[in-house]
Amino acid sequence: MTSLAPLVEVRDVHKRFPVGGGLFGRARAWVHAVDGVSLTIHQGETLGLVGESGCGKSTLGRLILRLLEPTAGEVLFDGRSLLALSARELRAMRREMQIVFQDPYGSLNPRMRVASIVGEGLAIHRLGTRRERRARVDELLALVGLPPDAADRYPHEFSGGQRQRIGIARALAVRPRFIVADEAVSALDVSIQAQILNLLHDLQRQLGLTLLFIAHDLRVVEHMSDRVAIMYLGRIVECGPREEIYRNPRHPYTRTLLSAVPVPDPRRRKQRMVLGGDLPSPVRPPPGCAFHPRCGHALDVCRRDIPPLETGRGGHAVACHVFPAERVSAADG
Amino acid sequence: MTAVPIAPAPASSLLEVRDLRTFFELESGVVRAVDGVSFALDRGRVLGLVGESGCGKTMTALSLMRLVPRPGRIVGGQVWLEGRDLLALPEREMRAVRGEGMAMIFQEPMTSLNPVFTVGSQIAEAIRLHRRVSRRAAWARAVELLDEVGMPDPVRRAREYPHRLSGGMCQRVMIAIAISCEPHVLIADEPTTALDVTIQAEILDLLRTLRERHGMALLLITHDLGVVAEQADEVAIMYAGRIVEHASVLEIFERPLHPYTQALLRSMPGVGSERRDRLETIPGQVPDLLRLPSGCHFRDRCPKAISRCAEEDPALEEKAARHTAACIRV
Repeated sequence: MTSLAPLVEVRDVHKRFPVGGGLFGRARAWVHAVDGVSLTIHQGETLGLVGESGCGKSTLGRLILRLLEPTAGEVLFDGRSLLALSARELRAMRREMQIVFQDPYGSLNPRMRVASIVGEGLAIHRLGTRRERRARVDELLALVGLPPDAADRYPHEFSGGQRQRIGIARALAVRPRFIVADEAVSALDVSIQAQILNLLHDLQRQLGLTLLFIAHDLRVVEHMSDRVAIMYLGRIVECGPREEIYRNPRHPYTRTLLSAVPVPDPRRRKQRMVLGGDLPSPVRPPPGCAFHPRCGHALDVCRRDIPPLETGRGGHAVACHVFPAERVSAADG
Repeated sequence: MTAVPIAPAPASSLLEVRDLRTFFELESGVVRAVDGVSFALDRGRVLGLVGESGCGKTMTALSLMRLVPRPGRIVGGQVWLEGRDLLALPEREMRAVRGEGMAMIFQEPMTSLNPVFTVGSQIAEAIRLHRRVSRRAAWARAVELLDEVGMPDPVRRAREYPHRLSGGMCQRVMIAIAISCEPHVLIADEPTTALDVTIQAEILDLLRTLRERHGMALLLITHDLGVVAEQADEVAIMYAGRIVEHASVLEIFERPLHPYTQALLRSMPGVGSERRDRLETIPGQVPDLLRLPSGCHFRDRCPKAISRCAEEDPALEEKAARHTAACIRV
């Protein structure tokens, strides 16, 4: 991990979506999909973003790319606020940041040849001549490990893993510095998933990419990330270096998540911590700490006050009244 | 030659599958989705059937239930359940077997339930299909079952429609339907794949509790080796329509013999293990069943393949005590 300048800074970002109330009616309620998230992604690092469905992790990824407009808050890319950019400036900035989607079937236009799919970003940003663009496409296909003749074929001719390689080549075409990988390997078989994870790893090192790796699979996130952030109901509840999160988790939700992951070792069958109840509705999140109704440690204060995300020793941040971050000792400076 | 059956199972075997073959005759050729699968399952035991997409694990399950979709067809083999060959039964008798002898739950609980009926009525309907009981008694039993599968507030939940329930709750309803007639074998096809990890843990715990309470045998179909390690007594690894290795769960994880099993285990990132920068991968793609290589179907992706692998169809043979593998290199 590098401790370079932050490339992406998210400051108290909120996003709410209206629910109910028909086509022209007024919204009857709001879903707080992202409810005050702040985080930093440093140059060259991979930040893993984990949480269960509906926790807001994909929304957060899209807010960072400004594919969605935040309701409040600020996103800085390389020190500049994305929200303050003009349409033209934003378009230029878009070259710097790309996304790889989960579904390698649904995210590629079935009527376009691979060369056009991969080269589309180049054409949109008017990069190079037609011939140069085609040369770049061939280079990209080689980079992601696809045969050269792939350029003239259609997406349906490829398997899931190969399609994900096409999606990655498309994202890399405009030479971005930052990539959001949103469940990029979730739909793939184990053996193919390993190929794509290795590819992302190699590309990151080769090209100096910064990565926001969004996934629900804790094993995959541990493998890929330098730092990890855990989301629950629109908020980050814990964030820190990978070893800290996996070896020394503090938030009860993080601990429950980790204990729920089946360990591929039959000698380590364990007693799991089982959560009671379902994820509460983000339309009416519980007061105080959103996790308190499912938490075995909840105190009165948890039902009343939202715990702030506070950073402690070793850059380990926790939002919990009962298990707060360990304090920075004098020795840590 | 297809894989030979394992030695005849002991008389105590609840379910015994012998040389099961299910083919799809397509214009482009014959897809041998299940190509000579044999295994036995004893009362109260859990067999994990593991493999990647398209390896035939779901088709194996559907063949046991005789629910293979067209144009698929069971072309050979036997499925012995409590002394009867299910493949030889008339459809009417088979209908009784489904539910009472053997029941199945699926990966997508949301789409397996009928959206226009309440969950209680769907459970009650399943009961009345098999048992001559009044509507009222069936409803009461449905509420009882919802309680048994851990549904909070079962009386109220019975009157809800599936869309009002989360994925985890829908899977509980599916399990309630599956156990409503107390089957001796439960087939669970990727029962937790569509669920979040905390919900997955709850459903797996529920399956274990029910199994222990009712002495059901479980055929657990999954691609997740973590789930298998936690739940299964034995594991059968499938590749391209065949079982390539079968042993106890400890043997599979600690002494995997088949190169495919070995590669599968190494390609998986593990929690708490040392971070490896690179995962081992299996080169190539999940095979196209219409274009399988001759001899061993895995040989074009296998690091240990020799020329003889192209000529010989490896049989599933005992390579160690109670540990079979289909590989001439072992």
